[in-house]
Amino acid sequence: MASLRYSKSAFFAAALLLASCQREKHDIQPAPTRLAIYGDAARQSALRPGGSVKPQPVVTNPYNASGYDISEGQRLYDWYNCSGCHFAGGGGIGPPLIKKEWIYGGEPANLFDTIVKGRPNGMPSWGGRIPEYQIWQIVAYVRSMNGEQPTSATPTRPDTIETNPQNLVNRVPGATK
Amino acid sequence: MDRIRLTHICLGLFVVLPAFAQIQNQPDDGQWVMPAKNYASTRYSTLAEINASNVRNLRTAFTFSLGTTRGAEAAPLVVNNTMYIVTPFPNNLYALDLTKPGAPVKWVYEPHTNASSQGVACCDVVNRGAAYYNGKIYYNLLDVETVAVDANTGKLIWRTKLGDINNGESITMAPIVAKGKVLVGNSGGEFGVRGWLAGLDADTGKIAWRAYSAGPDKDVLIGPNFKPFYKMDQGTDLGVRTWPPDAWKIGGASAWSWISYDPQLDLFYYGTSNPGPWNPEQRPGDNKWSSTLFARRPDTGEAIWAYQMNPHDLHDYDGVNENVLLDLTVNGQSRKLLAHPDRNGFLYLMDRQTGEIVSAEKFGFTNTSESVDLKTGALRLNTQKQTGFHTVRDACPAPPGVKDWQPSSYSPKTGLLYIPHNNLCYESQGTNANYIAGTPYVGMKVRMYAGPGGNRGVFGAWDPVHAKYVWSINEMFPVWSGALSTAGDIVFYGTMDGWFKAVDAHDGKPLWQFKVGSGIIGQPVAYKGPDGKEYIAILSGVGGWSGAVVSGGLNGVDGTGALGFLNAMSDLGKYTTKGGMLYVFSLP
Ligand code: HEC
Repeated sequence: MASLRYSKSAFFAAALLLASCQREKHDIQPAPTRLAIYGDAARQSALRPGGSVKPQPVVTNPYNASGYDISEGQRLYDWYNCSGCHFAGGGGIGPPLIKKEWIYGGEPANLFDTIVKGRPNGMPSWGGRIPEYQIWQIVAYVRSMNGEQPTSATPTRPDTIETNPQNLVNRVPGATK
Repeated sequence: MDRIRLTHICLGLFVVLPAFAQIQNQPDDGQWVMPAKNYASTRYSTLAEINASNVRNLRTAFTFSLGTTRGAEAAPLVVNNTMYIVTPFPNNLYALDLTKPGAPVKWVYEPHTNASSQGVACCDVVNRGAAYYNGKIYYNLLDVETVAVDANTGKLIWRTKLGDINNGESITMAPIVAKGKVLVGNSGGEFGVRGWLAGLDADTGKIAWRAYSAGPDKDVLIGPNFKPFYKMDQGTDLGVRTWPPDAWKIGGASAWSWISYDPQLDLFYYGTSNPGPWNPEQRPGDNKWSSTLFARRPDTGEAIWAYQMNPHDLHDYDGVNENVLLDLTVNGQSRKLLAHPDRNGFLYLMDRQTGEIVSAEKFGFTNTSESVDLKTGALRLNTQKQTGFHTVRDACPAPPGVKDWQPSSYSPKTGLLYIPHNNLCYESQGTNANYIAGTPYVGMKVRMYAGPGGNRGVFGAWDPVHAKYVWSINEMFPVWSGALSTAGDIVFYGTMDGWFKAVDAHDGKPLWQFKVGSGIIGQPVAYKGPDGKEYIAILSGVGGWSGAVVSGGLNGVDGTGALGFLNAMSDLGKYTTKGGMLYVFSLP
């Protein structure tokens, strides 16, 4: 399975040795979107009927270590209008994406599932529309909003109008007229 | 002071026009059959049992949980001793039996509205209420449908699908029924929809006509009888020619809000929304007929006149706010008027026969434009505040305008228009909006904040004849509820931090307030109960565009959330929690 290419230790080794390369690495062989992800990471319930079972294979994000992928994810997040509903993570039409408590899970496989399948209360289903590698890049970006990616690979918060909210709340504008 | 002067005016009118019934003096049977109370949209009740001297004794008569946690913007209706309430999504319709103690549920109609429609509601999954007509309750579903339900039994009579959520369409407005036509418009100005208003046969639900807001004249139902007052609104196919090629097909201009009707002139009035995308650099031209007031015939939908308040809108100034129909004497002339407090900050008093502006004065802090030229109809813009890809700061009012959907009330007794509204400014930066059907088409990063004075809301009493405030009350949050005035010389409104208030209609003096469970963004109504007593009803349940921070559990670290409203409202959660509930009050 392509997504099992990176073991945890390989990841850490890569992180140690290639930290400076993270921003540049990217996959040149994109895969088409799959419609389902299985494995422990996609579980959305802590209830395990009949006691625990043998751990199932975990699907990790093959694109989760690269600054290039995260910044691509940020660009795509705007391009596919995720930002139109979720804004810069604070939410609006859709729920916030900067948070600790996810409705449908915050693991990479959950996020992948959410984007591909959609969710019943208004999250569009993007399966077949966004290529799989781009979905993983968006997943990496969404994770980075929550500090769930190596900081060395994480871009700064989006460059919008004013970066310091302190300057904005309750500011009284100059009356030009 | 104003009481004396205004009484004079009223007396004067009666002397001058003895044979005329002024449109604002509507007969009142103590029921509440449409959200705006009557076709003139006065939201005025002639009931006077509850009045300025006893309102302080008001107490809760009964309550009812809506079972929802999103913004409750609807007006309860009262017909034949039954109260009807439409909830936010999933748009259940409850009938409460007012003849029994505690007003138990008589029936509930559950339409099973498509849950995916919640993703195309720009500003919380609200519904503004139903309309009663000839034994049926009519209302709209978020998933672009209209239903007619038997008012006695709760049985569905017809259900008509009017659009497609996959084009970004939804419906949040309350229909009105005029001359046997149910008038319904779509929402979706932030989703690149093609805006329309349709007339449905009240008996069958069949679509009799559909008037698009943009496109060729034949689609807009513009024909030989179309006579706009101002030159800027005259010409053929302006709904195509004032846009870049094909941009009108995804140009917004939805019709998501109030409709008034003058049976004598046989004209109905409504406004269209902002054009899409918000970023004006992507749509050079006037973008007709966005941000426009239309007068049309209910039989055919044919347009009679139009006036575009905000050509080439720069700030999301939808033209959808209510039009209160008034017959008044202005400058010594008695005229058939409509009062339209626009998002852009001007209160337009217009001749509702012709579309001529009689006056247009600022009713809140505005620096995006200077004035309205009464000769040409043109809005004189402040060039410093024009938006686009560049950053613009301290533009006022913010996109929700000096006033958004929250409907005002006119008391024929005081001659004042009671206006709940906002005091917000903002900064913006355009981005390149990418049109993907069914997703937002906005192209603007926005952050809003309180306007001058720091109060985000105002409730004010406006004298339409002299075009000025008589009194006003500052509120911490935008006043996102409707207003109700009564012959008891009192005015009701609610605040987003959960206070339901009664103030003196003449001077705004606070007379009574009651803390409800969740912030108020609903529409207060008054009715006469089966026991002959007067009751006041209001939905509590914070939400809507302004309250999405609480109802949608948004994260305030991102001020651009909720189209930039999040920045101005991130403290709302300290004052209120979510949850929909009906409150009904009466005297002991
Ligand atoms: C048309 C509006 C809309 C667009 C566009 C949209 N979303 Fe959503 N999204 C929603 C809504 C509404 C929900 C809530 C769904 C639910 O609760 O069932 C949601 C839910 C989610 C969730 C789940 C949150 C949780 O707590 O589990 C994630 C993650 C998400 N969206 C990411 C994205 C990404 C990434 C994109 C772009 C590819 C995107 N969304 C585009 C509206 C949208």
